[in-house]
Amino acid sequence: MSNYKKTIRPKKTFSLNDIKEIWQYKELLYFFTWRDLKVRYKQTAIGVMWAIFQPFTTMIVFSVFFGKLAKMPSDGIPYPIFVYTGLLIWQFFSSSLSEASNCLITNASIITKVYFPRLILPISATITKFVDFSIASVILIGLMAYYNYLPNLSGLLILPLLLLITFMTAVGAGLFLASINVKYRDIRYALPFFIQTLLFVTPVIYPASITGKYSWILALNPMTGVIKAARAAILGNAPINWTLLLISGLTGLTALIIGIIYFKKTERYFADIA
Amino acid sequence: MEPIIEVKNISKKYNIARHQGGYVAMRDILTNIAKKPFSFIKNKAKKLVGKAGKEEFWALKNISFSVEKGEAIGIIGANGAGKSTLLKVLSEITPPTTGEININGRLSSLLEVGTGFHPELSGRENIFLNGAILGMTKKEISDKFDDIVEFAGINKFIDTPVKRYSSGMYVRLAFSVAAHTEPDILLVDEVLAVGDANFQKKCLGKMDEVTKKNGRTILFVSHNMDAILKLCSRCILLKNGKITMFDESRKVVNTYLQNNPLSQESSSLEKRTDRKGLGNIKISSFFVENQEGKKVDYLITGKYYTFCIGYKSKNNYNPKNVSITLAISNENGSPLILASSKLTKQDFDIISSNGIIRCKINQKFPLTEGIYNIAIDLFSNGQREDFIKNFGVFEVKQGDFYDTGIYIKHSPFYLEQDWSLQTN
Repeated sequence: MSNYKKTIRPKKTFSLNDIKEIWQYKELLYFFTWRDLKVRYKQTAIGVMWAIFQPFTTMIVFSVFFGKLAKMPSDGIPYPIFVYTGLLIWQFFSSSLSEASNCLITNASIITKVYFPRLILPISATITKFVDFSIASVILIGLMAYYNYLPNLSGLLILPLLLLITFMTAVGAGLFLASINVKYRDIRYALPFFIQTLLFVTPVIYPASITGKYSWILALNPMTGVIKAARAAILGNAPINWTLLLISGLTGLTALIIGIIYFKKTERYFADIA
Repeated sequence: MEPIIEVKNISKKYNIARHQGGYVAMRDILTNIAKKPFSFIKNKAKKLVGKAGKEEFWALKNISFSVEKGEAIGIIGANGAGKSTLLKVLSEITPPTTGEININGRLSSLLEVGTGFHPELSGRENIFLNGAILGMTKKEISDKFDDIVEFAGINKFIDTPVKRYSSGMYVRLAFSVAAHTEPDILLVDEVLAVGDANFQKKCLGKMDEVTKKNGRTILFVSHNMDAILKLCSRCILLKNGKITMFDESRKVVNTYLQNNPLSQESSSLEKRTDRKGLGNIKISSFFVENQEGKKVDYLITGKYYTFCIGYKSKNNYNPKNVSITLAISNENGSPLILASSKLTKQDFDIISSNGIIRCKINQKFPLTEGIYNIAIDLFSNGQREDFIKNFGVFEVKQGDFYDTGIYIKHSPFYLEQDWSLQTN
């Protein structure tokens, strides 16, 4: 019983206890993720195939219009593989960001009735999206087989690091936006537009090389480094740019820290205004 | 021994928003800045200096009490007294503004049945989800799964999405999950208000069993005095965010009913601030007379009564077309009876600055025993003059409506009735 001893005091800031608490609530984290996965494709005919269908169609449309018709350069890689690698990571990032930003509102009825560490909501949202990412990755393997493209096996080792950076950036920005979203619902409307714009300032459909001497601007966007490194690692078209990746990693980490601090600071009034 | 819950000087402040309802949109703030740039800057500056005229509301003020292990504590009080806020603070949903609470056990809060239930998921899936939200581990849920289904009585529909459940089944399943959590402390808010009477009884029985046999601690908010008396040994009476009494349940419930007398005099009514309306003419007293014309303290089912509302108008003000509406609702806020001189198209032209308007109920009083709320709304010329929503609480005691010695148990009304047989 003494395990459950606790003291409730007025103000809370982020501390190591929060991480301990998330660990305590890991089963709830699992159940939230499980719920989102279960519910998502209920009453659909093709079910989980939607996770593949969306990036796949986007890839075909992009390949036809940007690859074939607009003759977008792709660093010597077949354009479908080139764009699909970018799209995979981009969709993981953008859908995680938007789910995380809305998670407090979609779960408002739970937040106002039960206590649990609120941090697990955005984390669970991101994990759900990671499952989609994993399923959609199957297509990439198929594409590479089709184009007789052998993956750079040693390069694959860097993949977890890239996903970690994506995760940190998405959760960090998501936490920040989610906190604002509770108070100002404007976020819900601004976000889709913001994400769409972000797609064009990230080298998803074009190689970063076409921006020439202005490519440093793109470097501020952590997803640039991640997508570039992913292409370099999987497709082996260029050596990995470690400096760029370091910048991305630091930006992602900063986003995560700012996100958590802001989230914890505003957390106490979530239940009152959600 | 250390108390299981120790509350020290808890207060909770809310800042009341200037905007009514809904949420603040950034647009509103921006248009405000554009419209009145100077006053915006002034307000901001005031805020920074800390002199802004924010409207504060203390939902809880200096609450201290402690609870021993195995006790069942009732929490009662009028609407808005802070009961739900207290539970929310105790369950960590919202932090207190000041003070400290020591909790010495696993706590689970049941502020609503079926928190987190997802309509698309089946009963089986929702049991796991809801159980996890209420703090059970996966193993605990699996172990108790059969009991939960059994208690809810929904075996056949366990794999049907809960959106296809009847509301009764939904509530039964939800409560069943909650009843099978095994925290050391359970906080319960008015959840028994839902569900049919039989199931309510079953739930009360379950909660009683849980405290008595398993030594669990329960904090129970309810408007149902009967349930409080049955379940709780001690009771907290809250008024305007403060504890006015913490004693044996019977004593506290009696005090609560005495403090909310049926008859209200002008002295106490004048002090009330929870009024709405123009106020040219105001309710100045209220009482209920029985058939003999005597004021009563409570009503008895099946007797005849006259509701009397005293008014007072401003000097030399003679309002026309005055009408009154009385609304009686049960403790959960569901409206039950509406008596209004508008309905009967009887309004009055007032010529004296004070008097009494009477409403004679031309039938036996139909409500079954229990505690009820009354709201009074006073109009003149179609304009609201005085409205008091939580005007008062009154008790209806059991009475022999049919002179048969048979009483209704599970429905709110008695109906005058006469049966006959026609044969062909």
